[in-house]
Amino acid sequence: MFVSVSAVALTFGFLLFFINALVSARRGAISDANPWQAATLEWATSSPPPAYNFVRIPVVKARDALWEQSEALPVVAGLRTDRRELLVSSVVEARPEARESSPRNSIWPLLTAIATTVMLIWSIFTPWGVVWGAIPVAICLVGWFWPAGTPEDDS
Amino acid sequence: MKHEVVADVSSLPNHGMGTASLTWWGTMAFILIEGTGFALAVATYLYLQSVASAWPLGAPPPDLVAGSLVTLVLLASVLPNIFLSRWAEHQNLRLVRLGLLLMSVLGVVPLIIRVFEFGALNIKWDTNAYGSVIWVLLGLHTSHLLTDLADTLVLTALMFTRHADNKRRYGDVQDNAMYWNFVVLAWLPIYGCIYWIPRL
Repeated sequence: MFVSVSAVALTFGFLLFFINALVSARRGAISDANPWQAATLEWATSSPPPAYNFVRIPVVKARDALWEQSEALPVVAGLRTDRRELLVSSVVEARPEARESSPRNSIWPLLTAIATTVMLIWSIFTPWGVVWGAIPVAICLVGWFWPAGTPEDDS
Repeated sequence: MKHEVVADVSSLPNHGMGTASLTWWGTMAFILIEGTGFALAVATYLYLQSVASAWPLGAPPPDLVAGSLVTLVLLASVLPNIFLSRWAEHQNLRLVRLGLLLMSVLGVVPLIIRVFEFGALNIKWDTNAYGSVIWVLLGLHTSHLLTDLADTLVLTALMFTRHADNKRRYGDVQDNAMYWNFVVLAWLPIYGCIYWIPRL
């Protein structure tokens, strides 16, 4: 009995959520980017957020990032736009130390995953699967590691 | 929300070294994972020894010559390895190439002697639990020698191409040297387990 009542309560909870979502989608005022004046960074981007979230990386100066600052969001400038770039900061004080590149789109990780899968399944049937299966894995890893000569390789 | 530029990072380097390099952290994390694997294998060995009626179980202890020779070569390889890491730090391409060639040789030599180590264990891997666990210990470490040798060979080839003179590559050489030191260090407790605990 108790379990059945709980199941009905749970169903009602889900139903309420979907009704709320549907009604909100159809009418009511469109809210701005941070309707509840929340303190954390995800509320600092526009709504709906762009794929890259922020044009420039925000600088956080306090635990409640958005409460401790004036009207404008403090950001970092000077990252390159011709390559995918992120900031690496020091471990304790979080001082920016380098502009590190993140990898471009590459087929090698997928090929490596497929080669690894083949090797592992092969190894179930014979230990030689590890020996011969390791060769395509090694080729894929080398292909992945080998520099592509893109701006991401700059140092 | 309006943006206010408070810092300009355009003067920062395009790639950091040491703790400012992501591959350094990746190598450290990999060492942590592999070190845990070695620790678990050694713990398995000690557990089996603690419950076995005799140790070594149904076999004479492994012959010392090949294993001790590998240990000497590995320990000797640490010195040129440290020099290679320093040359990479100073971005001296000529010496880095020389060091990598030397470390490639010093990766092949212990592997050749390692082949004789398996024969010197005096037991097959499927004879009993003692045989299994020392084959696992030796096999586990051999797989690390093999993978680090492959790394070193690829890196050596790479350092003779146009991609070589790049801070990223020197960082890779340093990380590879750090990993080799770990492989040598990890061998010492395994050497003690396989060759000396059965003689206690």
